[in-house]
Amino acid sequence: MSKVLSQKKITRRDVIKGGSCVLASLALPFNIEVINAHAEDIIKMPEPDGSGEKILWNSCNVNCGSRCALRVHVKDGIITQIETDNTGDDSYGLQQLRACPRGRSMRQRIYAKERIPYPMRRVGKRGEGKFERISWEEAYDEVGKRLQNAIDKYGNESVYLNYGTGALGSTMGRSWPPAQTPIARLMNLKGGYLNHYSDYSTCQITVGMPYLFGGGWVDGNSLSDIENSKLAVFFGNNPSETRMAGVKCKTLQHARFTNNTRTIVIDPRYTDTVVSSGDEWIPIRPGTDTALSAALAYVMIKEDLIDKEFIEKYTIGYDEDTLPEGAEPNSSYKSYIMGLGADKTPKTPQWAAEITGIPPLRIEQLAREIAQAKPCYISQGWGPQRSVNGENISRAIGMLAVLTGNVGIAGGNTGARETSGYSVNMERFPTFTNPIATTISCFNWYQAIDDYTKMTAETAGVRGRDKLVTPIKFIWNYGSNCLTNQHGGINQMNEILGDDTKCETIVVIDTTLTPSARYADILLPSCSNLEENDWSVAGDSNIGYVIFDNKCIEPLGEARSIYDICAEIADRVGVKQEFTEGRTQYEWLEHLYELSRKAEPGLPPTLEEAFKLGVYKKHFPQNHIAYEDFRKDPVANPLATPSGKIEIYSSTLAQMAKDWKLEEGQRITAVAEHIEDPEGHNSPLRATYPLQLIGHHYKQRTHSTYGNCPWLQEVAPQELWINPLDAKARGIEHNEKVKVYNDRGVTYVNAKVTPRIIPGVVSLPEGAWHTPDEKGEDQNGCVNVLTKLQPTALAKGNPHHTNLVQVEKA
Amino acid sequence: MIKNPGFYFNSELCTGCKACMIACKDKHNLPQGVLWRRVIEYSGGEWSIKGNTFEQDVFAYYISMSCNHCENPLCTKACPTKAMHKDENGIVWVDQTRCVGCRYCEWNCPYGAPQFNAEIKRMSKCDFCRDNLEKGLPPACVAACPTRALDFGEYEELKKKYGEFETVAPLPISTLTNPHFICHPNRHAKPQGSKAGIRGASISNPEEV
Repeated sequence: MSKVLSQKKITRRDVIKGGSCVLASLALPFNIEVINAHAEDIIKMPEPDGSGEKILWNSCNVNCGSRCALRVHVKDGIITQIETDNTGDDSYGLQQLRACPRGRSMRQRIYAKERIPYPMRRVGKRGEGKFERISWEEAYDEVGKRLQNAIDKYGNESVYLNYGTGALGSTMGRSWPPAQTPIARLMNLKGGYLNHYSDYSTCQITVGMPYLFGGGWVDGNSLSDIENSKLAVFFGNNPSETRMAGVKCKTLQHARFTNNTRTIVIDPRYTDTVVSSGDEWIPIRPGTDTALSAALAYVMIKEDLIDKEFIEKYTIGYDEDTLPEGAEPNSSYKSYIMGLGADKTPKTPQWAAEITGIPPLRIEQLAREIAQAKPCYISQGWGPQRSVNGENISRAIGMLAVLTGNVGIAGGNTGARETSGYSVNMERFPTFTNPIATTISCFNWYQAIDDYTKMTAETAGVRGRDKLVTPIKFIWNYGSNCLTNQHGGINQMNEILGDDTKCETIVVIDTTLTPSARYADILLPSCSNLEENDWSVAGDSNIGYVIFDNKCIEPLGEARSIYDICAEIADRVGVKQEFTEGRTQYEWLEHLYELSRKAEPGLPPTLEEAFKLGVYKKHFPQNHIAYEDFRKDPVANPLATPSGKIEIYSSTLAQMAKDWKLEEGQRITAVAEHIEDPEGHNSPLRATYPLQLIGHHYKQRTHSTYGNCPWLQEVAPQELWINPLDAKARGIEHNEKVKVYNDRGVTYVNAKVTPRIIPGVVSLPEGAWHTPDEKGEDQNGCVNVLTKLQPTALAKGNPHHTNLVQVEKA
Repeated sequence: MIKNPGFYFNSELCTGCKACMIACKDKHNLPQGVLWRRVIEYSGGEWSIKGNTFEQDVFAYYISMSCNHCENPLCTKACPTKAMHKDENGIVWVDQTRCVGCRYCEWNCPYGAPQFNAEIKRMSKCDFCRDNLEKGLPPACVAACPTRALDFGEYEELKKKYGEFETVAPLPISTLTNPHFICHPNRHAKPQGSKAGIRGASISNPEEV
């Protein structure tokens, strides 16, 4: 018993301490009060069950884009240590799936004081945090009744499955994508629900970049393909921090060091990718990659460095001669760049220098360096596009790959992020098809609560219908902290969600009392992935794998699996048989495993043996080359654009620019223009709020997951990155508490005074748990009290990196 | 079991992720404030503003370090009760039954390796995962490293395998204790004694270690 939580001895009756006890009510973390519960009603540390010692395989199932194997040490039913993959010789292609500090902290996440102990029902005002304990039977009855009522009264399109990535990669337990969860299966049996497109990570590139290359998602070469490149240029691409799992680190090293490929990182921060792989850092102001790209193009065109043969054969809209029919004169890309377009501004290095902060000479040199490196791996992370004009940023960076003819070849790329990699073909839990076509963006669901009548195809990007016909009245929020914490505009969301005459029911199902859980009407504890059997699928450049997730311990408190929860609610709304098809969760896994073995005969003969094996890996020697077929034969293998070619000028966007009704200051453009940022470096608002604010991904957490683990808080404390010049002007010392604020909110956090961030810009790592004091001022460095509820022009996505703030000593 | 073990660390590969620190804390159940392994950051450089543009010479890199199980440890010399000692396998270790918690070892170690455990009021430190070594397994930190920046072995063998490198900032000169630690420098590294860091010759992330 020595290896739990701390070195203190845990006794039989010891509990995970949840805060002080208030007479006849119980205080849980984050000011959650349970009115009819007592101190002894909180989650108890399980009693040692005498089952002995064992090491079982499981995985870290969060949304970093990696998936790591855990070897869970269990003694008498209690987790005592977490180790990681130690199999094989760790050679590249079959490398070990080593977990990062987050996965290694799983024990603290499982035995956290914030675990939800039992089902609860809201009793106070929504968001106030007052609940009463109820039984599972009461909970199932009430959710079933409320769901049926919403469907009967408002129709299926009033029911929304919120985006959530608290459980990712698994088969039965997954929360993402919501359309492939047990909740979706339940809803599809009940007539469907309101869909969403994109995700909070990638809204603008998901919607914007396909206008250049076609399809629903722009592909990229494998990261490993950098081994074939003469130069790699990363625009805000930061694998060493955003994808720091062992499987991915090994790939990045293989890519960078096999042929010692020179690597340039363009980013507002000197990231850990610069530390581990970068040869040069070019600091840039946030949201200005369009301007840099345009000036690079200017130099390439002026100095005749572009790949004219490629452009002629594979693209339309580069110059006036290749503009599609109906396009205005002087609307080509070349006209825009050279100053012949509507703005009459040549996109010279001097012009871009003023916007980006990069000296003009460096821009000129960079253009020559990129154009002359054959082939060149040009890629972007998802940080640049997560801004107000992110759609154009994604295309502008893509244009550099197009101008230099790097698309569809080994060592080249499309300007998109690398492909997510290979995977082993495992059968997934079937969820049926949603009979409802109506779809909104993952971000603007709050408008569908607040005033759905304003939401049309042209005002809000509604798809599948011209306009919404009903408000959102019922929200399923499973494994999601996106009601508030990860959504943005937290203080403004409090107003919208707090009014329970608008959205009438919010069902939160989670392992943990996240800040979003405060807004539940019904709060249900789901079990963690270490508390159920499942499997998880993932891959990378040259590897695909499955991790067989063993049930390591009994669920804490009254937690149940999402499958079991949905099966019971299906029972209450009359579709249990169709939902379960007579199978338990384990029987489903056995059934799906049998199907999987047909496609993947190398898998162990039985599921039991697979659970013992733990990890199943496959080596894929070929690097993926995006659009290779198109490059080889563009006639036989056209792109999925209207013209079949790369659309440097998009007629579709030109038409949307005329038809769509945008907010003031917003624009949609046919070519990837730079658009001045309303909360950028040149905004008049800088007189009041002089610093640009971004929110980078941080080691302590994967978004908000793991944000409650003391080990991680100790080794990677939440802190605001600020340049010494900006700190000195404000009298701020390193590790001193500061106040960060704008009109939308206030937060307090310690400063990391570091030259590793460009002057005029601060960065507050996203994902810290919103912890307001009595004045509503956040005490925990939560960036989303400062971000805004303003969907972007085209994608209707979240502009999380477009903010102005002031910082002062607290 | 191997004798006179040492650590190899490749700063070129390290992303500063701190999986080594957490693996150590998890295995040894270390309380808050006790870090047998620490990842230090050394970063600095100057910015100059030219109109609306910037020039800079910023650099940054990490060094992951536990106890270096030195050839000539200063911590053992400083210990008044002989609790801190180098054992028969060459592992520097503290006998907590003899330790009085005076913290002289902590003062004297140039690497900050001995860590005071406030819960038991005794010193504690990296034992090279002796139980793992006895089973022929790597220490927890080495097995954990997602970037494969860490290795271990008999120090003389490690030197043959990896060679020796000049010490980099902000590490102290190695002749002080002759650490069993080989650090392959990062390409951005500054030489030992450099004061180019944001806090001069000191580490840049005191709040994390």
